[in-house]
This record gives sequence, C-alpha cells and structure tokens, in this order.
Amino acid sequence: MGKVTGFIEYSRALPIFRPPSERVRDWDEFHGHLPESIMQEQGARCMDCAVPFCHSGIILNGMTSGCPLHNLIPDWNHLVFTGNWRAALDLLHKTNNFPEFTGRVCPAPCEGACVLGIDDQPVAIKTIECAIVDRGFSEGWIVPQPPGFRSGKKVAIVGSGPSGLACAAQLNKSGHQVIVFEKSDRVGGLLMYGIPNMKLDKKIVQRRIDLLAEEGIEFVTNTEVGRDYPVGKLLSDFDAVVLCGGASRPRDLPIEGRNLKGIHFAMDFLHGNTKRLLDGEGAESEYISAVGKDTIVIGGGDTGTDCVGTALRQGCRSLVQFEILPEPEQNRTLENPWPQWPRIHRVEYGHEEAFALYGTDPRSYCIRSAEFIADTSGAVSGIRTVDVEARKGTDGNRVLADVPNSEREWPTQLVLLAMGFEGPQRRGLLADLEIKLTECRTVSVDQNKMTNVPGVFAAGDMERGQSLVVWAIADGRKAAVGVNNYLRQ
Amino acid sequence: MGRINPPQKQGLYDPRFEHDACGVGFVVDIKGRKSFDVVQKGIQVLLNLEHRGAAGSEANSGDGAGLLLQIPHVFLVDRCAELGFQLPAVGEYGVGIIFLPTESQSRQECEAVFERIVREEGQQVLGWRTVPTQNSELGRSARESQPFIRQVFIRRSHDIDDDAAFERKLYVIRRRVTRAIKASCLPLRSMFYVSSLSFKTIVYKGMLTASQLPSFYPDLTDKDISSALALVHSRFSTNTFPSWARAHPYRYVAHNGEINTLRGNINWMRARERKFESQLFGSDLRKVLPVIDSHGSDSAMFDNALEMFVLSGRSLAHAVAMMIPEPWTGDPSMSDEKRAFYEYHSCLTEPWDGPASISFTDGVRIGVVLDRNGLRPSRYYVTKNDLVVMASEVGVLDVPADEIVRKGRLAPGRLFLVDTELGRIVTDEELKQELATAQPYRQWLKENAVTLDELPEPPYVHKSNSATVLLRQRAFGYTNEDLRLLLQPMAVDGNEPVGSMGTDTPLAVFSARPQLLYNYFKQLFAQVTNPPIDGIREELIMSLSTTIGPESNILEPSAICARQIKLESPILTNDRLEQLRCLGDSAGPWSKNGFKSLTLSMVYKVEDGANGLELALSDLCRQASAAISSGYQIVILSDRDIGPEMAPIPALLAVAAVHHHLIREGTRTQVGLIVESGEPREVHHFALLLGYGAAAINPYLAFETIQNTVEMGFVKDLEPQTAIKNYVKAVNKGIIKVISKMGISTAQGYCGAQVFEAIGLHSEVIDKYFTWTPSRIGGAGLDVVAEETRLRHAAGFQESAGDDQTLDVGGEYQYRTDGAHHLFNPQTIHKLQHACRTGSHELFKQYSQSINDHSIAVTTLRGALDFQSNRSPVSIEEVEPVNAIVKRFKTGAMSYGSISAEAHEALAIAMNRLGAKSNTGEGGEDPARYDRDSNGDSRNSAIKQVASGRFGVTSNYLVNAQELQIKIAQGAKPGEGGQLPGHKVYPWIARVRHSTPGVGLISPPPHHDIYSIEDLAQLIYDLKNANDRARISVKLVSEVGVGTIAAGVVKAGADVVLISGYDGGTGASPLTSIKHAGAPWELGLAETHQTLVLNDLRSRVTLETDGQLKTGRDVVIAAFLGAEEFGFATAPLVSLGCVMMRACHLNTCPVGIATQDPKLRAKFKGDPDHVINFMRFVAEEVRELMAQLGFRTIDEMVGHTNCLRPRDPNHWKTRRLDLSQVLSCASTSETTVYSKKGTPSQPQLGSSLDQTILLPLCEPALTRGEVVSSMLPIRNIHRAVGTRLGSEVTRKYGSAGLPPDTIQLRFRGSAGQSFGAFIPNGITLTLEGDANDYVGKGLSGGKIIIRPDREATFKPEENVIAGNVAFYGATSGEAYINGVVGERFCVRNSGANVVVESVGDHGCEYMTGGRVVVLGRIGRNFAAGMSGGVAYLVDEKGTAPASCNSEMVSLLGLEDPTEIEFVKDMIFRHAEYTGSERAAAILLTWDEFVPLIVRVMPNDYRRVLEARMVLNHEPNDQEMAMTAFEVNLREIARAAGN
Repeated sequence: MGKVTGFIEYSRALPIFRPPSERVRDWDEFHGHLPESIMQEQGARCMDCAVPFCHSGIILNGMTSGCPLHNLIPDWNHLVFTGNWRAALDLLHKTNNFPEFTGRVCPAPCEGACVLGIDDQPVAIKTIECAIVDRGFSEGWIVPQPPGFRSGKKVAIVGSGPSGLACAAQLNKSGHQVIVFEKSDRVGGLLMYGIPNMKLDKKIVQRRIDLLAEEGIEFVTNTEVGRDYPVGKLLSDFDAVVLCGGASRPRDLPIEGRNLKGIHFAMDFLHGNTKRLLDGEGAESEYISAVGKDTIVIGGGDTGTDCVGTALRQGCRSLVQFEILPEPEQNRTLENPWPQWPRIHRVEYGHEEAFALYGTDPRSYCIRSAEFIADTSGAVSGIRTVDVEARKGTDGNRVLADVPNSEREWPTQLVLLAMGFEGPQRRGLLADLEIKLTECRTVSVDQNKMTNVPGVFAAGDMERGQSLVVWAIADGRKAAVGVNNYLRQ
Repeated sequence: MGRINPPQKQGLYDPRFEHDACGVGFVVDIKGRKSFDVVQKGIQVLLNLEHRGAAGSEANSGDGAGLLLQIPHVFLVDRCAELGFQLPAVGEYGVGIIFLPTESQSRQECEAVFERIVREEGQQVLGWRTVPTQNSELGRSARESQPFIRQVFIRRSHDIDDDAAFERKLYVIRRRVTRAIKASCLPLRSMFYVSSLSFKTIVYKGMLTASQLPSFYPDLTDKDISSALALVHSRFSTNTFPSWARAHPYRYVAHNGEINTLRGNINWMRARERKFESQLFGSDLRKVLPVIDSHGSDSAMFDNALEMFVLSGRSLAHAVAMMIPEPWTGDPSMSDEKRAFYEYHSCLTEPWDGPASISFTDGVRIGVVLDRNGLRPSRYYVTKNDLVVMASEVGVLDVPADEIVRKGRLAPGRLFLVDTELGRIVTDEELKQELATAQPYRQWLKENAVTLDELPEPPYVHKSNSATVLLRQRAFGYTNEDLRLLLQPMAVDGNEPVGSMGTDTPLAVFSARPQLLYNYFKQLFAQVTNPPIDGIREELIMSLSTTIGPESNILEPSAICARQIKLESPILTNDRLEQLRCLGDSAGPWSKNGFKSLTLSMVYKVEDGANGLELALSDLCRQASAAISSGYQIVILSDRDIGPEMAPIPALLAVAAVHHHLIREGTRTQVGLIVESGEPREVHHFALLLGYGAAAINPYLAFETIQNTVEMGFVKDLEPQTAIKNYVKAVNKGIIKVISKMGISTAQGYCGAQVFEAIGLHSEVIDKYFTWTPSRIGGAGLDVVAEETRLRHAAGFQESAGDDQTLDVGGEYQYRTDGAHHLFNPQTIHKLQHACRTGSHELFKQYSQSINDHSIAVTTLRGALDFQSNRSPVSIEEVEPVNAIVKRFKTGAMSYGSISAEAHEALAIAMNRLGAKSNTGEGGEDPARYDRDSNGDSRNSAIKQVASGRFGVTSNYLVNAQELQIKIAQGAKPGEGGQLPGHKVYPWIARVRHSTPGVGLISPPPHHDIYSIEDLAQLIYDLKNANDRARISVKLVSEVGVGTIAAGVVKAGADVVLISGYDGGTGASPLTSIKHAGAPWELGLAETHQTLVLNDLRSRVTLETDGQLKTGRDVVIAAFLGAEEFGFATAPLVSLGCVMMRACHLNTCPVGIATQDPKLRAKFKGDPDHVINFMRFVAEEVRELMAQLGFRTIDEMVGHTNCLRPRDPNHWKTRRLDLSQVLSCASTSETTVYSKKGTPSQPQLGSSLDQTILLPLCEPALTRGEVVSSMLPIRNIHRAVGTRLGSEVTRKYGSAGLPPDTIQLRFRGSAGQSFGAFIPNGITLTLEGDANDYVGKGLSGGKIIIRPDREATFKPEENVIAGNVAFYGATSGEAYINGVVGERFCVRNSGANVVVESVGDHGCEYMTGGRVVVLGRIGRNFAAGMSGGVAYLVDEKGTAPASCNSEMVSLLGLEDPTEIEFVKDMIFRHAEYTGSERAAAILLTWDEFVPLIVRVMPNDYRRVLEARMVLNHEPNDQEMAMTAFEVNLREIARAAGN
C-alpha cells in the first residue's frame, strides 16, 4: 500500500515538459520523465484507499469521476513504490490495453477523484501510468503474445480508433480472427490523426499497432465499409461485427459567412497536418496552413488546444481561442465538490506555448461569434463577436445572454472550428445496416453493446458520443466481452 | 404445561443455547459425622447464595435450586415403615428421586416400566414414597410445570457383593428406564426424570428459588434427616422456561460454569463408545450407551461422562483431573510425573473446556475443581471442629472468626477434596501426586508416543511449481487481495493483518462471485455467560499441541493408549506432512511404531456437477472406512490431484463429511484426519477445518504462493523459508485468537467442537455433512457448492486467460469495481456527503435509493426482505415528527483515541442538539466536556461506555451519564479485546485514559469482572449504584443463541439490550474477525425479540440494534424485527467526511477523523450540522415509509414481522433461502409488550445497605462536608457497599470529592461483592473480616482497608481475605489488604496505590498506572500486558522472576532513595492501618529487605520516566507528555499487543 505515511512525507511531482519556447519549434513530444527514485516516491504518496475513488469511473454531475477503465491504480502505485515494475505493468495491462496512450493524452479523471486531492495535491497517477508502460517498452517486456489457440470465429471491426483497437485486442486474445477496417491510409483513428504528434508521438501509436498485427490482427486500410466494402459481405463473412466508427460529425457554426474560405473544421486541420508530417512535405493536398495567418480557434476544449499547439508550430502570426463559457474558478466550488471532475481553470500545453510566444494567454471567455466577415476574395478576414454573460434563467438553470453593446471585430485569415462533435456519420454504414439510433443520435445498444442487428455491436464514440480515449478503450473492451458472450452461445 | 424441559425450538429460539451459571457450595463434616446440622448449614449457604441465582418474569419462579445429601437412612427407615415397608441396612438398598407425570394414568405406567426394568435387572422394588411437597409459594409457571415427585426404594440382590457394582446396577436401571419411557408413547413422558438413583446420595431439587427449596420439600427441615455432607446450588438460567430437570445438583456434580467445547465432547464421546470395554460393566455396558443424554444441559452432559468414568473404575478425582486438566504444556514448574499424567490422558480425551467451578461428590468424598484459567470463584473455610464450608462466596455461613483454622481459595486448575472416609482434606498436590504415580505414565509415553522429530526424513518432499502456481491459485479462488492483504503481511510480520471499519460486502449466499465454502460459516464467541480468553497475555493456559493416532479403550487405559503422534501445531509444512505420509504401510524404511497412513484423493470430475460431488463425498467416506478396517490410523485427504478435469472437493466439506460419517459409524477415534489442500489460506479456514475434525492441515498452495511471492520480489529481504515460518506463526497465533474468543484454550478441545454458525447453507448440506451446526435461513445446497467450485476451476483450467499473469482482484476488503459489491462505494459515499453538506433531501434520496437498490445486489438479510402491509396508508402529517424519531437514534461507541477530538465532539454536539445520544466509546471522556459550551452546546456524551479496559471509568464519569453501556462485545471483533497502538496514545489521549503517552493500551477480551451471567448482574448492580439515574445498557453481538443470553441479561437487570451486527465498524481488528465472527443483526435482533417475548420479558427492556444501518428503510425493518432504538456509526462518520479509507488503525486518516496526528486533524471538515442532517434525513425517510405502511408511531411498529416478507428469489444461490424463522411471530401472553416499560428485573437499590443506612448516616458529610465515622456489621448479601454513597459525594462535589477521611465507615463481617466499588475521594472504608470478589473495583480516590477479624487466630499472610479481581480498573485512591487475595489483583489499575500480603495468578495484568506493593507470594503470570505503574515485590524466596511474565516489563532493584522512602512509607501505612505483622517485621529490618525488593517496571514506562530526566529544564506537563510520547514512538518494542 504505498508507504503508510508517504502522502505526508512527499509532495506531488510531475515530469518537467520541455520549455514551451523550445518545444514549439518542433513536432516532437513535449513529455519528460522523472528519475526512478522520484517515481517511487510518487507511488508512495498513494494512500491505498479502501474505496479508491480514482479507480471507480462513475458519472457524477454529468462528468467522469475516476478511471473508466477501472485501472487498479492503488495496486500498481504500490508496486512502483516497491520497485516491482514488471508486476505493475501486468496489472496495468490487465485493465488497459494501451496505457502508453492514456498515460499521455488522458485528462486523468482518476486524479480528479484521488482522495488525497480532497485537501492536497492528488497522486500523480497519470505520470506513474505512463512511466510503467514506457519502462515496459524500454525493458523489452512488452512483446507480441499471440493467443494460444484459435476459436475459428471471425470478427470484423469497423474503425481503428482506440475503441476499435481495444476491442480487437481483446477479441484476438480470446482466439478469434479479427479484421479491422480503416477508411484512412493509416491505422489508429483519432490516435493517429486526431491527436497531434507532440502530444502523442505517432511512432508510439504505430508501435502498438505493430504489436497487435504481430499478435494476429489483420488491418485493412483505405477501406470505408459501406463504400469500399459492401455491408452485406460484412454480415455474411463475419460471425460478429463491431462498429467503432467514432463520432466524426463535427458541430458546425451556421452563422453568416460560414461558407467563406479559410474556415475549417479542426479535425481537417489536424489530420492534414499529421499526414504531412508522416508522409513528408510532398503530399500537401489536405494540408491547411496557418503560416503567417491571424488564427482564431473557436472552442475551448482539448481539440481547440491541439489546434492552438499545431497552429503555433506551423508559424501563425497571431492566435486567439474563443470560449463561450465564463472562465472557470481557480478552485472547486461548493457545487462541484470532490470527487467530481474539477471544473477549474487549467493551463494546457498549447496555452503555455502561446503565452511563451506572445506573452498572453490565447483564451477569450464569454464570447460568441456572430458573423464571419469576408474579404474581397471570398475568404474570411475577420469575426464579429458579442460578449455573453451567465445569468440564472427562469427555470433556475444558467443561461448565457448577450451583453448589450459589446460587439467586437477580430481580424483573421484562418478560423478553426473546434466545438465538438455531434455523433456518428449516419449515411452509409449505419443507414445501410438499419442500425437504430438513440435520441442523442448515437448508436443504440443493449448491455452487451449489441445493436438492434444481431451480431452487430458498437463501441466508442459511435455509441457513447464524443468522449475520452479512456472511455473508448473501456467501451471497446466491454464490447469484446459482449461479442465473446454472443459467440459462445 | 406439563413440561419439565424447556419448550421446543420455535422461530429463531432454540433451547439448546440456554446457559446457566450460579452459586454453588457445600458443607461437609471432614470426619464424616452425619448430622441435621450439616443439612441446615447447607441450606443456610444456599439461602445466602440466592442473589447469584435468578428469577424469571415472575419473581417467585426460580431458575432452580437443589441440595444433594447422603442417604438419610434413619429418616427414610421411619418414613417407609409408616408406608408399610421395611428398609434393609444401609448399603443394601438404593433410593431414587423420580419426577413423574402429574396425571395418574401416565404416572402409573411410568412406575410400571420402572418396576419391570428393576426386575429385569435382578433387583427388587421395595416400595414407593410420595415425597411431600408444599407449592403454595411457587410462581405460576413453576407450579404449572411441577412434576409429581416420588421416591423409589430398590433392594440390592444378594449376588451383588460389591458396593460399586450395586451403584453400577442402579445406573443401568436408570439409563434403561429413562430410555424406555422416552421411547414410549406415553402422553406425558416428557415429565419423567430421574433426579437421583443411588445407594449413597439423594438429590432434592426443582424449579425453585433458593429460599423456596426448604419449604417446598418439608423433608429437608425434618430433624431426623442427617448427612455428613450437603452440596447446594442456586441456578441463574438465561431462560425462564419451566425446567425442573435442569436444576442442579446432578448425580455427581453441581456446576458453576459452561462447557465451550461441548459439541466436540459429545461427538468424540459418542465416537469412543464403540471401543468401550469394561470388565466391571461386562455385558451391561451396551445397555447404557450412548453415555450422553443429548437432551441435557452442558452440565448434565458433563455429569453423564464423569459418571461413566467413575462407574467404570476411575476415582472421582482421577476422572475430574482427566476431563478438566491443568494447563500442563506451558508450565515449566510442573513435575515430570504430573506432566506425563496429563500428557498420557491427552491421548485419551480432549479437555472439557470452559469456565468452571465444579463441585462433585460420590457421597463419601466431596470436592471441587476449578478450570485451568480460574474463571469462577471458589472460597472455603476450615473450622476448628472439622467443618469445611466451600462456596462461590465467603460469608455464606456465619462462622465465628475464632473458630476458623484456615481461609482458602481454589487456584486455577486445582482440586480440593475432602475424604470423609479418611477423615481429612486431601490437597491438590497429594491428590495429583497419587494419580500421577499410579501408573508408569512416562514409561508408557516413551514406549509408544512419537514426535515428528523422531520420524525419519522423508525421501521426497513436494517442491513448489512456479509454472503452475497461477493456474492453481485461480482454481482455488485466490485473489490478488489474498496475496496482498492476507498472505504477504503474514509472511512478513508473522502476524495476522489488521483492518478497520467493518464490512459491507454481501453475505456469501448473496454474493455474485463464487464463494469458498468457508465464507458461509461464522465463528461463534463467548459473551456474558462465559468469558473469552486473552490468548496472548495469558498464553500459559493456551496450547496448540495435538495428537494424531488411534484411540483405545478409554474405560480401561493401558500403555497402548499412548500410541499417538504428537504435533506441536496443527499446521504441517510439506516435509512434516511427507514424514507422516511415508509411514505408509508400516513395513517400509520410514515406518515407526506400527503407524500406517493412507492418502485419499479429495477431487471429483468437475463436469459431473453436484451429483459427482455428492458421489465423490460418499466414496471418500467409504474409502476412509475401508482404510480404518485395513488398520490405517492416519488418513490424509489430499487435493493435489486436481487437473483440467478434476476439481477439488472443498476441503471443509470433505473433512466434515468424513468426520461425521466416521462418528456415525463409531470409528472416528480410530483414525486421525489430515488435510492436504491448496484451498485453506486464512486463519478462518484453518479454524474451520480444525473445528470440523481435522487434526492437522498442510496448506501447500499457501506455502507455494508465499515462496513465489518472495521469489518474484514482492517481499524483500526475506528468505522463502523464513517467510513460510512467519506465515505458520501468524496462522498459529490466529488460531489461538479464534479459539480463545470462544473461551477455549486448547486446539485439542477445539478440534471437532464445531463452534460455528452457518449462514446461507441449506439443511441438506448441514444435516449430512455439518451435523448439529446451526443454520437458520437455509440457502445454498450442494448444487451451489458444486457450481461455485466449477466456476473457480474453470477460471484456472478452462477459460482462456490470454496473457494475463494476474489474479482476480478480489475486492472483499477494498472496493474494486470488478470485485465484491460494497454498500459504501464511491457513488454512495459521495451522494451522502454531498447531501449532508448541502442539506439536500433530494441528494439524500439518491443516496438511500442506491443503498436500498437491491436489484443491483442483495448484500444483507434486510436486502432480501420487502415490505407488505394490510393497513391503509396514513397521511404523513399524522406520523410522529422527525424530532421524536431522532431521539431514538444513537451514534456508535467510538472512543476518543480511535477518533479525533474534533470528530468525537462533533458527534456529541450533533446528538445533543437533536436530543439523541452519542456514545463515549471506551476511552473515557475529558471532564471539561461535562460543562456546556458558551453557545449552549454540550459535548458531553449521553452514553458512557464501560468496557473491559475501564479507561477513565471514574465515579465522576459514571455520574455524568444518561446511559451506561456495558460493552460485552463489538460487532467487528466479538470476543476480542481492543488495543490502541502506542502511536495513537498522544498525551491528550493518555490524560483522559489515565495512562502514559506513547504506551499502547490493551483492552482485555473479557471484562475481568464478568465471567458469568451472575457477574454481569453484579456489574449492573454496581453501575446502578454508581449512578441511579442512568439507564444500564448491555451491548451484545448477534450470534446464534444471543436471544437466550439477552434473556439472561434482562433478568440481570439491564434496561437496554443492544444487539450489534457482525459487520459494524471498528478502529482496528484482525481481518478474520471483521469478516467471519458473529452474525447479522437481523438474525440476532429477531431471535432476541422472539426469545424475550416467549419468556414474558420483552416489556422490561428497550431493544436497540446497530450494524451498518444506513437508511430509513433499514430502521423500519429493524423496528419490525423488534428494535426500538437504533445506532449509527459508519454513516455519521461518512457524513463528517470519512471516505472509508479503512486506515483507522494506521493513524493516517486523511480527513482528520480516525487520527490523532495534529497535521491530519487540521484536515477535518466535518460539522455537527452534517450529522444532524443525516439523522433528520433518515428520520424523514422512516416517516415516509411509516405513512405508506400505515403506522403513526415507532412503538406501534415494533415486532410487526407480518409487515415484512421475503423478496422473490431471483438468484441461483438464494432459491432455497428461507427467512420464515426470522419473520416468525412469537406467541406471547404479553399482549401490549412494547408500549409501556415494566420495571427491570433485578437491582432493587431500595433495600441496599447504602440506601437504608449509609446515606442517612452520612447526611452531614454529604450536605455540609462534616466528618462522619461509624462502625457497622456487614454480610455477603451486602453488595457494592459504599458505591451509592460515593455517587452522591461525586454528584455534589465533582471529581475532587471530599477531603480525605471525611467519611470513615468501619465494617465487621464478610462483605459482599464489589466492596467499595468506585468510591471517590473522602471515603474510607475499613473492613474487619473478609471480602468477596471485586473489592475496590473502579476505585476513584477513596481508601479501602481490609484486615482479619480481631478474634481471628490464623496467620493473615497465609489466609485468603479477599476474592478475585480486586481493584479492577481502579483510577486513584489507596488500599491496604492484610491477607491473601485471589486471582487478577489490580488488573488494569491506572492510578491506585495498594499494599497487599500475597496475590493469586495474573496480578497487575494490563496495569497502566499506580503503585502496588506485595509483601509475600505472587501467583503465575504476574504483570502480563503491564504497560505502566510500578509493582514492588518483597521477594524473600527469589521466586518472583519465575512468576512474572516479562514480555513487557523488566525486573529491577530498588535503588533510588526517594523511591525507597516511598515504598517504605506505603508499607508503614499498611502496618498502621491493618496491623500487619509481616509489614511490621519488614520495617523492623528494613535495610535487609530493600535488596530483596523486586521492582517490576514496564519497559515503556521506564523510558518515559527516563525521558523526563533528560529534559534539562523544568518541563510543563504538556512538554513532558509530548517528550514521553515521542520517546516511545521511536521504540519498536512497544505494547503493540500482537
């Protein structure tokens, strides 16, 4: 159990990222590592709670509290403290197929729920997770482990994002033959093209994909099921199908001037950027450049931040990030107590970097975009905005209302829309399969993650709606259990 | 009607759990002169013991009283002549006292049967005499059940030339008649009972009070009646059912005590009978079997067995010494001959273990024996005219002081015998010497017994196989938690792991995860009628050694009986097991003494399911039988053969099945059973295997797991062999703890004793394999057991586990999402805290819904119940208000020490604001809290707990309570003591507890003043005297039989009985106890309610319950099952911020609740309002449910089990659950039981000496502080003298009391129990004469002086002047005792200064403060667990070191001049106050004595004193305490307890 008094003796330590002004000049990962002794101290800070909220993964007040994968956090914290890294890795892999991804990109709802965080800095759970798995790779402990036997059943997975990969990995372990279809040229979905390289190096993604392939999973790229591969064939060729196509329909901003040139969805921007990075500078067809442009990112979430970091690295002239909601408090409010996800002001990597370059935080709060302004060539040249404020509505809920006379104009040549996603693409696959959807326009499933079509399952954002990587992995695993039960019948 | 035995089992009430205890005594003329005087004196003794007996719901229906006499020949000759028949000479006829049916037809038929059998046995009935009785004084139930009582006279036939043979013949007749009538179809056959049938003794007894006995039997007051001995008994039964037969004496014994190993003793006795051979009995032997009448009480069964041993040729003393042996394994001072005697007899029989003072007689010899731990008082006088008076108390017979030659007491394990034939007293030493040398026992042992060390090294030992460990771990259901939380700590520390905060996971039968069979069993434990033992501090009486091998004929012992293999511990390592296995077929190179062993495979084909399992079990039983017929004496049941197709038979099931099969077959004692299994790993598993018949266990997979763990580097700096050794040590210690909590002291006695209750197993499993184990709610059958085995097996062998190298998470102790369900989980904890902080009723409803949502998982028995009501709902406005309901709420007993001042006070303030009650717990309370705060809040806890440690239990503490709670047991660790580890005894805690900072504090498992029900009655009486305005509550823990105990408690005078569930929280407890000891409150509460209603006792008492109560629904169910008040502990803590870290025992609570660390306490964020919100939310929810169900008040709801129904079973394991016994509605003559409280049964303070004389006498002192002095006579019936007076002093003058010697009372005579209990400053009691038990209990500043009567001629320093457990829990004051005192002197003294001449065993145990000077001898085990204070022993003979338990103390010399002066001054005052000649002699040559004085100094305490010296400036108190604390923290060798 960590060290009994570890949380009293040691303070939280995080690896120092590379300095923003340095890292912003390249596309390499910004993560650093801590020496082993410090990592052990960080493990020692774990209190080995009998009710480890960090591990719970429940929804409180609409937000995730604790780890959706139910990572056995106290257990491996202890093993790190005692230096049993190999055993820690086994336990970590027991619940999480891809700790090297979550250890880098997860917002760590575990830390938000850490009991030590009630009155102190939480345990550096995410850092420890990442250290365990990185150690596992560097020691050569993580090697392909093909299943001992084959069941003779075939399962198709549509989509190779985190949920598809997790589901594939689990089903392959159970001995089924797994084929993963991916419409892009590379496997990984959002892991590959959604998350920029400095946050999650694509070599790390590819390393895991290679492992999976060596364990026997077959990947079919550049194939969009429903277009490049007939849906009927899918049903006839496979004993089960799992749809992991993500929630790729971006939320749009249908205001005046939306059709102007220079207004892009964030995902198109990020995808193109990574593809160019991986392919080399030759193939620039999808590449959107911010070089020399006044760039405005609309949306204050993680994708927005990724756009910020990417635009900065490309060499934008200036950068602003709009957020319609008010700036969060520095500390938890009474309505947002522990162990709920803390809705507090955070400075992410992109913000640090913008600050390093321009001396100000790029974010502007309480701001609503009212109109895109065109230049003469039909391209965007600016945005007209209105300030908003939060008021209590008649029903007691908070509503945002315009502040009179607060119109402003912002010059811009590149607008990136990062306001989230509205659910899966309906046309094609889902429509062809006649998959039932929920009121929220996501795929409707039963407790085994099976859709209304027998043998067809769904997982990840396609079923849950836009969410965290960690949920995608959790759902992919859960779908695998469902598939297994289904195939056993 | 018409019943002399208790009623049948009904609902949860089962007559077999009835207990009794009592006053016992005898008077004997040593020279054997018969007289009426001896009879009269016997009756006088009985009358003076009356307060130790009890009456039921009617004051005039006693629990039983009786008298055993020699046959009053002269008297009977005359009476028979009147009836027209002639009695022959003494010895030529036998007399029986027979209870017969009242209805004449039945009676005549009984008599006809009797006469027929007498004839068949070749004897002749001379005639019958109806015994005159006079029942006008008897209570209704006694009268209604009164049998017709007749004497029968049987003439001895001429061919019986030997007296003993005639006695045997009468025995055969009795057995045959009893059996014949029981087997007949006579309608009133149950009234038939043979009270006695002998040519030497006669027993007059009945369901009477002591004072009714002589008037009921006019025979007894007839001057013609005479006897040289009179054995009397006054009974205190926990039940009040008419039971004429259960009165004592039995034919040979009168018993004050309880046999804890009873079930095992019965089974073993039964098993031995096949081997019985007796030349004396000849062919008659088969007529009397089975020896034990299973309808009797434990005492009756003991009597049965003793009788058999005596009639088959052993002397009475021999039989007694064999059945109740002294602790011989741990006593180095015992002679080898005696040790050999005991060792040899341990090959014949296991001990009948339990607290006991058993008086026994065969009509010629009369004696008494005390159990090995001395748990019952037995005192005697010898007079100048050769009379011996022995009784549970002194003063039961007025004997002028100058006639007394000797005043003695019986020491633990000792015998005392008067032989009227020899005309003298035979001492224990003489008696045992004679027994020990009667046969060459040592020789026999040498030639036949074998130790493991003598066996050759085995050729092959199983090695661990790390390649398959994981797979096998899975197949046996190992979890990661088992490794991390159980095995690793045991392997590292050699201790059982400790946890906290109770348990909230599902009972095994409700668990969705496959459960090991062990988890369906709960450990039983001793409470009230029987004390648990402190197996750690009183290690000398414990023994783990066992023997394996065939038993021979116990009736005619010979050398061959010693042919046994001796084991030091029941846990066998792999090589030890192989030694036994290699014995093989007795011809091989590894054989020894003709022993043969055989291994039987304990596996079955998993695909065959339940049928396969059942067949495999019967096959195993058959193989065991076959092995016995082939001459094997050792059978090893092994599951090493598991594999992909073969699953292990659950080891417990296998061993119990074979054990019971062989008992039934009568061959059980021919073979020793050894279990070789991968399954057992925790202490509970081992305890169960032993309890169901295994002699030894080899847990090979646990060993392999540990080895693997070490090799994998999870445990550092430890060799695998050391780790395994540590583990075995931890298991052994754990077993000792488990058996000692049941009051059992030897593994041999525990083996097969079955002291468990099953919860959730169907009777088909119980009756066949676990015969006689209580299992009250049905549940899982063999199908479920097989399915759970299959699931585990599949996890190991079938399911593809991929590359997963880890085990299942477990989650039993710590919440894991994929593990066991917990009621308190992240969701519910958060919801509750959020609700209580924001005052949101809506959030609370969300919380309570998720707790109550049993669609997710049924966790508790209440979860398996639903409401139903035939009433129409009422409007919620009509329901009694929240304010009224919350007054019934209490917070749990959590000590200041286990939780922080902030948390403790927040609870008190909240409950006081609500008009509800908080509880101090056992840690005392800061007197500053008795005054209100400036804002009007009160931090004074309404309930003050009196627990075994008596920390800070002063007169002032008691006076400031509204309710005094005697904690008998605690749900999380019933039968165990507590301990506050040294690192939690911060200075401020030490102050309140009157102890030393940094020194660990031990609460003993038992209250040392409660070893029996009558002792509890005494403590209740003491506390009523100490605060006559407080309710007295007794806290019990649910277990089977708690209802009958509660009935006894009610009869003992309690106002409130609390039934706690096993799952309640705790600051620290072994994990085994948290999970596996005790039962859910639903069972205990329902049983208690039903039993009290059946006994017509329910209206006298308020019933309370607690144990994981969390919602209004829980409260409503509790009310329906019988509760009126409700306790909450965990939930209020959660509302104050507790996040269920379960780290209370570590002092690292991160929310400032269960910690004393100032840094962590600063994190406390709770507020009394949070608790208030919680209580009000719960009450509101109760109201909502009441409205729905149509009730307006809680009172209306109590006991309405018809408003509950079982939920539809929706689970494969619970299909056959049967809650009908829980919901059974007891029939009663009390119709309006609960609305109005009757008066409690016993304590009538009105007639006490304090009330009638002392208070008026001391009026001037009480009102004006004037000096009062007086001289008064005193008798043993005057109990707790001075206590009530003291309480008035404290009420008036607070903790300061009065100036010294303001009240001076001098008494002459024999004082009753608890003389001077709790007396405060200003009171001085002087007693001339002697005193009984508990002198100066809780002394709070007063002074007590006891000296022999001025007329006495004996030497005070050699004669007993005061009883056991004097100055228990004294906190301050002084005392001087000129004489010998009994066992356990100054136990848990924390501040009194006492001088005494000589003390019995266990002196100064657990002492934490004060000074004790002993001028003479000390008994064994002095200073065990002593962590503070100093004892000074004048050790002239140099024997003190051998008698001290030096675990925690050092023996030093007396060197410091100030200290020398201090001791001298104490002795000087002793001489002055008591006239001690010994003291005077010492003072005369003081300088010669100083070097002889041994200073017994607790190590921790010494460090503290030294630390004070090191401070180079004059420290203030706080500084000094903190220094001491820190010094002790650095020491590892603290009183950690384990």
